Amino acid sequence: MDFLSILSIFVLAVAVGYYVVWSVTPALHTPLMAVTNAISSVIVVGALIAAAEGVEAGGVSMWLGLAGVVLASINIFGGFAVTRRMLAMYKKKDKKPAASK
Amino acid sequence: MEHAVAATPAWAVLAYLVAGVLFILSLRGLSSPESAQAGNRNGMIGMAIAVATTLALHPTGLPFIIGAIAIGGGIGWVIAQRIQMTAMPELVAGFHSLVGMAAVLVGCAAYLNPAAFGITDGAGSILAVSRVEMGLGVAIGAITFSGSIIAFLKLSGRMSGSPILLPGRHILNLGVLAGILVLTGVFALDATAAAGGGPLLWIILGLSFLIGVTLIIPIGGADMPVVISMLNSYSGWAAAAMGFTLQNSAMIITGALVGSSGAILSYIMCRAMNRSFISVIAGGFGAEADAGGPKTSGPAKSYKAGSADDAAFIMQNAESVIIVPGYGMAVSQAQHVLREMGDLLKKEGVSVKYAIHPVAGRMPGHMNVLLAEANVPYDEVFELEDINSEFGQCDVAFVIGANDVTNPLAKTDKTSPIYGMPILDVEKAKTVLFVKRSMGGVGYAGVDNPVFYADNTMMLLADAKKMVENIVKGLNGGGH
Repeated sequence: MDFLSILSIFVLAVAVGYYVVWSVTPALHTPLMAVTNAISSVIVVGALIAAAEGVEAGGVSMWLGLAGVVLASINIFGGFAVTRRMLAMYKKKDKKPAASK
Repeated sequence: MEHAVAATPAWAVLAYLVAGVLFILSLRGLSSPESAQAGNRNGMIGMAIAVATTLALHPTGLPFIIGAIAIGGGIGWVIAQRIQMTAMPELVAGFHSLVGMAAVLVGCAAYLNPAAFGITDGAGSILAVSRVEMGLGVAIGAITFSGSIIAFLKLSGRMSGSPILLPGRHILNLGVLAGILVLTGVFALDATAAAGGGPLLWIILGLSFLIGVTLIIPIGGADMPVVISMLNSYSGWAAAAMGFTLQNSAMIITGALVGSSGAILSYIMCRAMNRSFISVIAGGFGAEADAGGPKTSGPAKSYKAGSADDAAFIMQNAESVIIVPGYGMAVSQAQHVLREMGDLLKKEGVSVKYAIHPVAGRMPGHMNVLLAEANVPYDEVFELEDINSEFGQCDVAFVIGANDVTNPLAKTDKTSPIYGMPILDVEKAKTVLFVKRSMGGVGYAGVDNPVFYADNTMMLLADAKKMVENIVKGLNGGGH
């Protein structure tokens, strides 16, 4: 991919992000931050490449990569798990019997 | 092997794209609590696809890598299960710092082993455009890291929440920022750097760590919702910059999503305080306020203090109560007993609603999470615009641990530091019950609140949790 195609993806994704985020209900802004945190750990892709390719080349870049994998994994597992835990707490009012049904 | 990225097979490019789309859907799910869990699952699936694709493309060193994922994943999982909901702001700040550091590590690894990332030309030097992306990615990552560490220390109380003002900090910060940009330019043009040598990247890195600290230390506790949103945004831009380097669509899409998400949240928070982003970043709010606002010298103004039993009696006989929670509720962990109070009142036939100001607490949506934790149904919780008109008709406004967000001076006093901030109109209620630790402290903005001294206000001076516990006792006792 050349630079311009990548730039196009980026610009379009910013536009999508703008509209998607405005549609998030304010009550869920904390889970929004937690989940954006988790997905921004997709940086792990770079760390994985550094670690895997570094194994052959050896040396510092492998360790940098592995350290990056550890940090990003804390974030991935921690971020998604804490988001799940938070979202599980959001409950609607219990409908009293005969209210619906 | 020199052009590893250029040789990325089509299936992998598509897999990364699918991951990116799943990340978009994960945010889309948050538009309502019903779809949010499904959204979160989409995010997990997207991440699994991105990781699996990368491992399939680079299948070396798997034992090390799986070990690293297991260590990190285990730590993250345990933290996520143990963390208290009131500690969510510092957790998020801590997580931001990890993303920042990971970006720094990836940038450095790419610089040291550029061939692995496919960012070299035929002669083995690093492409100039990649050096710009790398420089920016490392810089943003480092700022995110050190800035988030400071935010973490402030939010967790390990460091004072009050602003620390260095002399000449604006000049210092602008100078360092300019230095980083200029050095990134030089880094892109320099032939030694192209060959992977020279100290430029390390200087950029050092300066960025420094400015992350100096940017955040002057910002006070009340402005933390903006800071934390801003750092959220930075962590996204750091991921995006690395995505450019790796030409990876999943990283670019995610970076753009997270970057705009944080930026929008910062904007919403600034708007809710009627302050410009620049003035928040410049810092110092709450430090000079004592000198600025009207002095409350002279004879102490009189206020009406009440007891828990008085409050229980008033609310029992009310038709409608609106509860306004703030940071003080979080500090004293009063959300559970508050919900108990709400339940008892509902049993007596009182209508109970909750009103949330956008900047109540230390991060966007902080109060909503705490109320959800205490099992308050989310359809009883309302945002400022949706409920503000109801204070005029309600019998009791029960303010617990909130101050500045209820201060009517924001509407009338042009000299007040909070002038223009949208507030919850609690003073319009027939009776205001104001839970506050003591008459001493006057909120983060350092402004006195006329509601305290109004005729229809009864001050309930105590720790928020103790007071509500006593009210609950009063409500139970009053039943027989």
